[in-house]
Amino acid sequence: MTAKLRLLIPQLLVLGGVIALGADLVHNTLANLARQGIATGFGYLDRQASFGIGEGLIAYSPADTYGRALLVGLLNTIEVAILGCVLATILGVAVGIARLASNWLVRTLAGAYVEAVRNVPLLLQLFLWWNVFRIVPPPPRGAWRILPGFFLSNRGLTIPLPSLAGGWHWDVPHLAGFNFVGGHTMSPEFAALLVGLVIYTAAFIGEIVRAGIAGVPRGQSEAAMSLGLKPWPILALVILPQARRIIIPPLIGEYLALTKNSSLAVAIGFPDLMSITNTTLNQTGQAIEAIALMMAVYLGLSLTTSLALNLYNARIAARER
Amino acid sequence: MPALVWMRRNLFNGIASSLATLVALYLLLRGLWAVLRWGVLDAVWSAPDGRTCRALGGGDGACWAFIGHWYRFIIFGRYPYAEQWRPALVIVLFMALVLASCDPRLWRRGALLGAIWVAGLALCFALMHGGVAGLPVVTTDLWNGLPLTLMLAVLGLVFAFPLAVLLALGRRSHLPIMRALSVGYIELVRGVPLITVLFMASVMLPLFLPAGVNIDNLARAQAALAFFYAAYLAEVIRGGLQAIPRGQYEAADALGLSYWQKTGRVILPQALTIAIPPLVNIFIAAFKDTTLVTIVGLLDLLTTAGNAITDPQWRGFYVEAYTFVAAIYFVFCFFMSRYSRSLERSLGR
Repeated sequence: MTAKLRLLIPQLLVLGGVIALGADLVHNTLANLARQGIATGFGYLDRQASFGIGEGLIAYSPADTYGRALLVGLLNTIEVAILGCVLATILGVAVGIARLASNWLVRTLAGAYVEAVRNVPLLLQLFLWWNVFRIVPPPPRGAWRILPGFFLSNRGLTIPLPSLAGGWHWDVPHLAGFNFVGGHTMSPEFAALLVGLVIYTAAFIGEIVRAGIAGVPRGQSEAAMSLGLKPWPILALVILPQARRIIIPPLIGEYLALTKNSSLAVAIGFPDLMSITNTTLNQTGQAIEAIALMMAVYLGLSLTTSLALNLYNARIAARER
Repeated sequence: MPALVWMRRNLFNGIASSLATLVALYLLLRGLWAVLRWGVLDAVWSAPDGRTCRALGGGDGACWAFIGHWYRFIIFGRYPYAEQWRPALVIVLFMALVLASCDPRLWRRGALLGAIWVAGLALCFALMHGGVAGLPVVTTDLWNGLPLTLMLAVLGLVFAFPLAVLLALGRRSHLPIMRALSVGYIELVRGVPLITVLFMASVMLPLFLPAGVNIDNLARAQAALAFFYAAYLAEVIRGGLQAIPRGQYEAADALGLSYWQKTGRVILPQALTIAIPPLVNIFIAAFKDTTLVTIVGLLDLLTTAGNAITDPQWRGFYVEAYTFVAAIYFVFCFFMSRYSRSLERSLGR
């Protein structure tokens, strides 16, 4: 009894301290807000936003509410995060395999890529890509045709989109006047953010993939070789499925990092959740609600991603037993 | 001919490998040639202003005259020109402190290491701030560039460290309330981007404090970094704690040591040593992440470079400016990661 009490008392003291600190902060905050004449509550979400947003996945006009503006931002964040994770995984796996290639030159070049990208801040890389996408390409009339239907201009990257209107077909962009019609145009901001995030994250994923492949016992590839398998089938059918178990847990961490890093969009002017929150906050002064909402959404995104991937991880771990 | 044998084995081992070598070699040589032409052969090394520099380079070469003109602003920002020897000395001091802490002999003498840090940081502050020994006072809004970047990263982790140790111990504790508080804090912080925490510190902190109390912008960002990185450090320290064999705890219990004696004298010294390599990796991440303070209006190394390229006389030399800054970040991060890796190897032995 006394021993239990001795353990309970310091805990209660700490808890009491935390609660007292919280209460003090709330008290100060309410006093400050009252002094500045700022109303509290989430009522501002229903008010008219009156600011434009450059791009989004759903229809939006300045006459819409702050709530809808934030939804546009959230969808933009999710769009970048999903595309980024998919592309970074593809590039990262390629880099990880190249890091272990028997060819010295390929191995060394992949190593140089990883070192160069990992040791330079992401924000710096984003600024660089942003300038590259804004300044280097010509205006739409002289746009570079990278592949048939893919154009790079100072308005961004224009790509064909599959379309269902009037039967299934590819909606291929073409030049009309001073800009493109049809297809889908990614703004320079979006392109810079996506390319920057993919190239940065792929370097980290490459190292994870390398460690994963190196973690598969040598006997596995030797056994596959003695069965007469060629190098690529050995990699695809024997090594990678086993490396997957080592790779997935740290890979989840990289996906979460990419999602959180997408908030750097605010620095280059892409309207993601963070930058729309910023604008909302500046217009309404509802700092606490806006920031709390944003943090809750990021936390929710992180927890959902991590939950989904952990379920997948548990499934493949169990099946391979 | 060992060289030929090596090449056969490592570069031309079969058709696919030979093809890969040739393609990679072609791309590499083209890339290197382009960089050499841009950076050296066609580069302009001195010019009075941006337009002349561009004309001399013919639009194809780098304008290193831009760096020659702006490097002091990029490194020291708006710190008074005549006093810039002070932040320069601070940079050297910070590096000396970090280098000294890399010596494993000092890890066993915690009190000495602590004393060196307190003295070093006090000296740095005195140099930056002035107001002592006849040095003119320089306010914190003029602490820019590389000294600011180093300070944010180093002090961020120094302040985060005690909190991180408590959080890690709390998470491993048998006391339910302590554990819940620690887990809640760590997971909450790790679930949100650093930028939102910086933003919160910048916008919300003034609301949290009683009327009349004002913290300057630099201290707010510094506090945000410390609170943010405490969560990540705590996880690294927890990793170290988990690696300590059970026998160590049991032996300490058998000697009749109290919880704090056991933790302070037996467990933590071992756990922290194991945690040093991942700790250095957190430091590298923090060093790179200090660039985000640009969002809350501080002029770190990246922001001063960004400001230099908007000067009307020298507009648009962004590749030169970012290359220069990237090289500085690269040198710091590369050597720290090498150090972390060699440490991992020597501790693993």
